[in-house]
Amino acid sequence: MTPARASALAAPLRAAIGAAKVLTDPAQLRTYECDGLATVRVRPALVVLAEDRDDVVAAVRICAAAGVPFVARGSGTGLSGGAVPVADGVLVVLSRLRAIHAVDPGNARVTAGPGVINLSVTRAAAPHGQAYAPDPSSQQVCSLGGNIAENAGGAHCLKYGFTVNHVTGAEVVLPDGEVVRLGGIAPEHPGLDLLGAFVGSEGTLGIATEITVRTVQAPETVRTMLVGFHSVADAAGTVSDIIAEGILPAAVEMMDALAIQAAEAAVQCGYPEGAVAVLVVELDGPAVEVDEQFRQVERIAAARHAFETRIARDEDERALMWKGRKSAFAAVGRISPAYYVQDGVIPRTRLPEVLDEVARLADAAGIRVANVFHAGDGNLHPLILFDDAVEGAGHAAEQLGFAILDLCLANGGSITGEHGVGVEKKAKMADQFTPGDLDAMHRLRCAFDPAGLANPGKLFPTPRLCGERPGPHTAEAPRDPALGEVF
Amino acid sequence: MDPAASGARWPAAETVAPRSTAETADLLRGTTGTVVPVGAGTKTGWAAPPERCDLLLRTTALDRITEYAPGDLVVVAEAGVPLAALQKQLAEHSQMLALDPPEEGATLGGIVAANASGPRRLRYGTVRDLLIGVTAVLADGTVARSGGKVVKNVAGYDLGKLHTGAHGALGVVVSTTWRLHPRPPATATVTAPVHGSAHAADLAFRVARSTLTPTALELNWRRGPFDVTGELLALFESSPASVAGQAAACAGLLAGEESKAAVYEGDSAPSAHGTSHDPDRVAIGAALPAWFGQRPTGPMVLRLAYAPAALPHVLDALPPGAHGTASAAVGVGYAAVPPETDLAALRAALAPHDGSAVVLAAHPDLRAGLDHWGPPGDAFGLMTRVKDRFDPARRLSPGRLLGGL
Repeated sequence: MTPARASALAAPLRAAIGAAKVLTDPAQLRTYECDGLATVRVRPALVVLAEDRDDVVAAVRICAAAGVPFVARGSGTGLSGGAVPVADGVLVVLSRLRAIHAVDPGNARVTAGPGVINLSVTRAAAPHGQAYAPDPSSQQVCSLGGNIAENAGGAHCLKYGFTVNHVTGAEVVLPDGEVVRLGGIAPEHPGLDLLGAFVGSEGTLGIATEITVRTVQAPETVRTMLVGFHSVADAAGTVSDIIAEGILPAAVEMMDALAIQAAEAAVQCGYPEGAVAVLVVELDGPAVEVDEQFRQVERIAAARHAFETRIARDEDERALMWKGRKSAFAAVGRISPAYYVQDGVIPRTRLPEVLDEVARLADAAGIRVANVFHAGDGNLHPLILFDDAVEGAGHAAEQLGFAILDLCLANGGSITGEHGVGVEKKAKMADQFTPGDLDAMHRLRCAFDPAGLANPGKLFPTPRLCGERPGPHTAEAPRDPALGEVF
Repeated sequence: MDPAASGARWPAAETVAPRSTAETADLLRGTTGTVVPVGAGTKTGWAAPPERCDLLLRTTALDRITEYAPGDLVVVAEAGVPLAALQKQLAEHSQMLALDPPEEGATLGGIVAANASGPRRLRYGTVRDLLIGVTAVLADGTVARSGGKVVKNVAGYDLGKLHTGAHGALGVVVSTTWRLHPRPPATATVTAPVHGSAHAADLAFRVARSTLTPTALELNWRRGPFDVTGELLALFESSPASVAGQAAACAGLLAGEESKAAVYEGDSAPSAHGTSHDPDRVAIGAALPAWFGQRPTGPMVLRLAYAPAALPHVLDALPPGAHGTASAAVGVGYAAVPPETDLAALRAALAPHDGSAVVLAAHPDLRAGLDHWGPPGDAFGLMTRVKDRFDPARRLSPGRLLGGL
C-alpha cells in the first residue's frame, strides 16, 4: 500500500460527511499521534471527527472500499497503545458522539454515545440512586467506547465486575460498514453472545456507536479505611486473610513506600507516616453488614501488625484517601522525570512472593519501581521510573516491565488485567497463549473483519491474513478471505 | 421439565465418551461426520434438535476437578464434572460457584453450553459473569483456550462468551475455569402475596430499587382467566445479623410502612412447610418454598427475556393457564404455556420490550414445525460468519442454534 492511498480518501470523506470533520493538516494530525502510551507515536494519514453514527458508517465504508485501515479512538487515555494510528490509515475519533440518549432507572439502564465520559454515566444515574460500576482511575476523562474496547476495570471491579459485566447492548459498525445491534435492554438474547466477545476486542472487531449499560443501586453505606503497615508482606497477607474470611470488599488497593512518597508530594493525602505499604479498603452495602465486616477487617489487619488504621469519618476524608490512590500514577512524575506503567495479574495468594521478586528484579536492573495496584484482584501496576534524558533508560524500563510480565505468567497470571494488549504487549500474547488458542481468536477476528482493516497490528503477536490456515491444516487449500462474507 | 424432552437422545450412529482433551481432539481430527456434544443430557430440549448426529460425544468422562485454589477463589474443572459434585467440594472451604440452575445432575459443560442459570443471578450474574477461562476443542481438532486462571484478565478475545449458550456449535467445551464466591452463612426469606401483574412488579421493584441486597427476588406466578396471582419471594443470604435486619426492612417495604403490623414473623427455625403462614400476609421465614428456583413443567416451557421493567406487560401477554417463575427484577422468566399457545403472536407482543421467548421443552407432538428460537435478528449474518469460521463444514451440533445455524 502506498502512503498516498489513505490521504486520497480526504476528498470522498469530505464529500460524504462534511469538510470540517476531516483533518489533514499535519499540525492537527500531530495531536492524534499517540494515546496514553506516549512512547509509541504514529501520525495518521487523516483524522475523521465523527459526530454521529452516519459519519462513522460513511468513514468505515469509504475505508473498506479502498482497503484502507482505520483505527477508532475515544479519549485516547488507553495505556497499551490500542488507539495508536496506522500511518497509512484513517483515525476515527468518537469524542463528539457524547450524547446520553436515555437514562432509564426503571430498567436500570443508560444508553449513550461512545464519546460519553465514564463518570458522566454515573452522574446521569445518580439522581435515581443508581451508579455505573466500572470506575477506571481515568474515569473523569476516559470514554465509554474506549471502556468497551478495553473491557475497562477499576478499583471497584473486585466486587462489581468489569465493563463486560455491565454492558447489555451496543450498536456496532462492522469493518465493512454494516450496522448491527448486539444485545439490547433485556439481560439476554437468543443466539451467540457476540456482544460478550465484542467487549474487550480492542477496536479490532468494529466500532460501537451506541452503548447500553446496566446501572446498579447505590449502596446504603460506604465505609473506607486506610491501613498502614511496616512491611509489604503484612499488607499482602492482610488482603489474603480478608478474602479468606469470606469478605468481598468493594475495593482493596495497595501502595508501597515509593508510591506513597509520590502521592504525598503531589496531593498531600496525609497517609500514615513511615508506612512501607498502605491498604485502602472500602466496604459497601447494608449498614449492619458493613459494620460487621469493618470490625473483621480491623481485627485481621491488627493481627498482621498494622500500625495505624484510619477510618474515613465523612465524605471529605474518604475522598482524600482515594485522592492519594487515584492520583498515584501522575504523582510519580514528581519523583521521576519519566515513568512507564505496567499492568499484569497474578493469583492474589502469590502477592508476597511476586512483590519480593519484582523488588529483586528492580534492584538487579538498578531501576526504581513504585507499586500502586488493585491488590484484591492481584492486578499489579508497577510504575517503572526512569530518566528519559539518559540514553537507553526507556528501553531498560520496558525490559524490566516485560520481565515482570514473565513473572506474572510464571505464577499462573496474565499479561494484562485492564489496560489491554494493544501494540505494547502483542508480542507477549505468544507467551500467554498457544498457537491453537491464537488461531481460535483469529477466527473470530476474520468473521468480523475478513479484510483486516479494523485496528490492524494490535492484540495479535504476528500479522496474519484471514485466508491462512496454520498448524495441522496447512495441507488444506487456503480459504478465500472474502468467503466469510458471502456465506 | 418434560421428561421426553429432557431425556432426548437423537438417533446417533455412535456414542463416545472421551477421557481427556487429547482424546477429544483425536476424535474430532479422526472423523468427518457430525458431532453433537452433550453432558448429562438434562437440557437437550433447550435447543432445536440437530439436523444429524453421527457421533454423540458425551463429556461425562471428563470428570476431574483439576485445580482448586481456595485462597484465590478459583477452580478449574473439566466439562463433565457435575455442578453438585463441584459444590460439595467447594463447600468444604465455605465457598461456592454462584450458579444455581435446578437441573439435577447437570454438568459444568452443559450449563455453559445451554447458558443455564437460576434465581441467584440477581446478585451473582450468569455463566458469562463467572466463567473466567475455557478450553474447547474446535471442529478440526484445534485445542483452544481463552481467558485464564485469574479473575481479572483482558488478554485476547474472551471466547468463553461465545461458547456460552452456543450448544456446542462452535466447539466442544472440555474444561472450565470459574470465579468462586464465599458461601454466605445465614439465610432469610420474605414472601408476599401478589394480586395482579402490576402489583407483582410494584412489589418487586420496591425491593430491587431499595438499598437492600437480596441474592434473589423470585416471583411464582399463575395466569388466571383475568389476571396474575402468585407469590413474591426475596432471599437474603449473608451474616445472621445482616439477613435479619434486611428481612425486617424488606417486609416493611412490601407491607407498606402504614401496615407493618401485617408482617408475619415466622419461626426462626426453618419450617418443614416452608411458608406455613397466613397466605395473605407478608411473612419472614428461613426456608425456601418448593417452587423456588425450579423450572415450571407442562406441554411447552419457554424461557423469556425482556426489559426488566416490562414484567407486568410480559405477564399480561401470556395466555390464561400459563404459569411459571420470574427473576422479578432481572428481566428473565420461565413459563409453562398451554399447547395451543400462538408462539409467533406471543413473540410479537414481547418485541416492544426487547423480549424473546425460547422453547426449553415441548411435548413431542408439538415439536414438528416448532420455531424453537424465534426471529434471528439483525446480527444473524454475523453469527453465521462466526459459525463458518469456527466450523466451516457445519459438523458441530448442526441446526441446533438460532436460525438453524
